[in-house]
Amino acid sequence: LPAAVLLKDMKLMDVKLGQLGSWLAMRDFTPGGILGAIRRGHERYYNKYINVRKGGLGGFSMVLAGYVILSYMWSYSHVKHDRRRKYH
Amino acid sequence: RALCPLVPSAPAALRALPPPVAVGVLHTTRPLHTAQQSLAPVSPLPEKGGEVRHGLIPEEFFQFLYPKTGVTGPYMLGTGLLLYLLSKEIYVVNHETAAAACILTVIVYAIKKFGPDVAAFADKLNEEKVATAVAMKNEAIQALQTAIEEEKKEQWRAEGRSYLFDARRNNIAMLLETNYRERLLMVYNEVKKRLDYQVAMQNLKRQKEQDHMIQWVEKSVVQSITPQQQKESIAKCILDLKALSRSAHAAV
Repeated sequence: LPAAVLLKDMKLMDVKLGQLGSWLAMRDFTPGGILGAIRRGHERYYNKYINVRKGGLGGFSMVLAGYVILSYMWSYSHVKHDRRRKYH
Repeated sequence: RALCPLVPSAPAALRALPPPVAVGVLHTTRPLHTAQQSLAPVSPLPEKGGEVRHGLIPEEFFQFLYPKTGVTGPYMLGTGLLLYLLSKEIYVVNHETAAAACILTVIVYAIKKFGPDVAAFADKLNEEKVATAVAMKNEAIQALQTAIEEEKKEQWRAEGRSYLFDARRNNIAMLLETNYRERLLMVYNEVKKRLDYQVAMQNLKRQKEQDHMIQWVEKSVVQSITPQQQKESIAKCILDLKALSRSAHAAV
């Protein structure tokens, strides 16, 4: 009988949809926790796409695309006024 | 004559002493190196990064949707998403869209044209860095190997120290012997000189006594000849001489 893994220690992909709310509530939201999460995410991305022998373009362009999308979302309220139709 | 006895072996006596207290003791306030050492080699850098399709979407996304939707699934999702954004004007087509289209065209063309060359150049730079590091490592290994060889040779050389000590002992014995013989010769010479002196002294004394006695005897004999005897002896000599001369004349 495998030892039961606590909800808060389970990975995101193993969490069932119904448990998602409680799983999210159990995460560490202290400043140290957030910083740790940022660092872990950065290390995962860096070691997967950038810190390799023959790195390609994807590693950098994905970050760029993410920035483009984020900046579009931030400026949406300003871009709204260029819409061609009022009702969709 | 026996050679001087050898000094009792000092190294053995020294080795029998207990080792000093400070040997092997590192003066620290806390224990060092207590964790278990991991001797596994560091894993090398991965050769290629994660796969990215069209430069924007990681391959894992396509693999995630493959079981349910097959190969075209993500593309259909992308198209549907795009049409939704455009129709609802969540993505607004304005002057920025035209600018973005021009910029993206130029970028994609530049990448397609110069990409491989830039990649080769970067690879060459990396190769040079790695080559210098590997060369340094090999040099260090080589230097240590030669050091090991030298050390082994020195150890082999040290084995011959018994011969060296024997030769030295022989040299010292010879020196001692030579010295002894020289002094012996000196003693002999000195004693001989003293004895010769004594002999010469005795000889001289006897000779002097003899000479003196002969002289004294002659002197006393000469003195004892009285004038009367002298006249008689001279007359006798003259008569003898005349007789001799007569016999000589007669012989001629």
